[in-house]
Amino acid sequence: MRAARREDVIANIVIWSIAIAIIALLSVLLAYLLVRGVRYIDIGFLVKPPEVIRAGGGVGPLIFNSFYLLVLSMLITLPLGVGAGVYLSEYARQNEFTRAIRLSTQALSSLPSIVVGLFGLLVFVNATGWGYSLMAGALALTMLNLPVVVSITEQSIRAVPKDFREASLALGATTWETVWNVVLPSALPGILTGAIIAAGRAFGEAAALLYTSGMSSPPLDFTDWNPAHPISPLNPFRPAETLAVHIYKINSEGLLPDLRRIADGSAAILVLVVLAFDLLSRYLVTRLVNKT
Amino acid sequence: MNLRKRLYRDRLARTMLMVCASILILAIVAIFFFVSSKGLATFIVNGISPVEFFTESRWLPDRPAAEGGPVIGILPFVVGSVCVCSLAVLISSVFSVGAAVFMAEISPVFGQRILRGAMELFVGIPSVVYGWTGLSILVPFIRNHLGGLGFSWLAGSLVLSVMILPTITSVSLDALRSLPTDLKEASLALGATRWQTIRYALLPAARPGIATAIVLGLARAFGEALAVQMVVGNKKVIPHSVLDQTITLTSGITMEMGHSIMGSLWNNALWSMALVLMLISLLFIVIINKLSKGSAYR
Repeated sequence: MRAARREDVIANIVIWSIAIAIIALLSVLLAYLLVRGVRYIDIGFLVKPPEVIRAGGGVGPLIFNSFYLLVLSMLITLPLGVGAGVYLSEYARQNEFTRAIRLSTQALSSLPSIVVGLFGLLVFVNATGWGYSLMAGALALTMLNLPVVVSITEQSIRAVPKDFREASLALGATTWETVWNVVLPSALPGILTGAIIAAGRAFGEAAALLYTSGMSSPPLDFTDWNPAHPISPLNPFRPAETLAVHIYKINSEGLLPDLRRIADGSAAILVLVVLAFDLLSRYLVTRLVNKT
Repeated sequence: MNLRKRLYRDRLARTMLMVCASILILAIVAIFFFVSSKGLATFIVNGISPVEFFTESRWLPDRPAAEGGPVIGILPFVVGSVCVCSLAVLISSVFSVGAAVFMAEISPVFGQRILRGAMELFVGIPSVVYGWTGLSILVPFIRNHLGGLGFSWLAGSLVLSVMILPTITSVSLDALRSLPTDLKEASLALGATRWQTIRYALLPAARPGIATAIVLGLARAFGEALAVQMVVGNKKVIPHSVLDQTITLTSGITMEMGHSIMGSLWNNALWSMALVLMLISLLFIVIINKLSKGSAYR
């Protein structure tokens, strides 16, 4: 009996230590990344274009590319993903087609991102003739993020109480009117959380982008906002190196004399953006949940 | 709006949503088709024997025919992936299952508030940031304190073990939470301590779920490319110790795809490696589905 109690105490200590060790690891990791990186972040770093072999470059266009790619990919991912999620939760019957969709979602979510990137190289870069381009990168990111958005949408729509739907249908609304006016608004906090998770993944992804949006950008003219011009930042068919890809690229080339500065600063920016996304999703969820 | 128009819109919406869902099927079929057609070219067009492909330990895809011809063997990549990922899963499982038990049984409040948030942040940190941290702290640390070059199997496994921590933890936690409370109450009523209840009642009952969690972690580790590539050293030999350099399937593909010309044997062989990687990830899905079918708590 006493042995059992002693064992209980020891196990308790071990499990508490594991939990504390994990928190400590995260704190040290974030503190290290931020303390080392933030000191390099100044206006020059944030606006100057990157250098290839000389010191003193910045990451300005790369930050723009990361955000622009994020927006492009979300414009494609969200309608498709939310649509598929609505279909699965509201319309799908128990049949082979539904089973095929579920299996595909699962398979897609477990594919290595480098494989998705290579598929993008074959289809979105070569077969379409676009070459390395933001659009190819956005489509590759869509393939990575669709399963996330689909399953989170489905979950949050299933959590909407049945009474809501029945009340709407009883008033004579069609299925679609019920979905659009009643179900989707109630499921919005969940769907938004899914969208922010997908956005965070898109911002930090690099493996799927190396061979789709490419590892270099043309010199950009930030006064030209016509998306049809080749050096306009908005042109979706130009190559674009993102911040995450840049960290990988400068390390694999090893040519930059101030590699440490650029990599530490870029990593800190990535971490800050991830933290901001995380806070935003928490804020939105508590706000929207309290409102309804 | 009249009724006919409303019903028409209803049907239209239904069709559009069905199209959205069908795109998922289309995507996976297209990936499967294109990667297979490129990946099989090594064997069909270039005539490399599949047995040699998997068992040969030399990778010399650009050696001219005069010097013995190209030699294509992916054994070092496969062994490297298996070594790096299994050690990562071994390390991560202990911490993840511990964390899941902590959140489910020991301190749900502290666990919910802090540990869950920590896991979300671990998921959010981009893989290149993990790679860069590994490269700038872990590699020099291993070089100075344990020996070798620092770029090593161990460095790869440690970086991966942190990256798969949230996956294994959250799936194990779901498994523990879905257990009926009767189980715990019965065990405690028999006079078992909390630890005895966890050890002899809860963990065994949650075993299929925890196994699923570990397989998911393994799948994620196998597919991770850049973080691993940055710290394992990428030497195409089979490692003999955890301090040796090694290479994985993903890091090999990442590094060499840009240097080889589309359609060449070298390039085709890289696509075959991608095909192997894809088949491994599908195999993991089959295992996971088998596990969850047999998960009926008895």
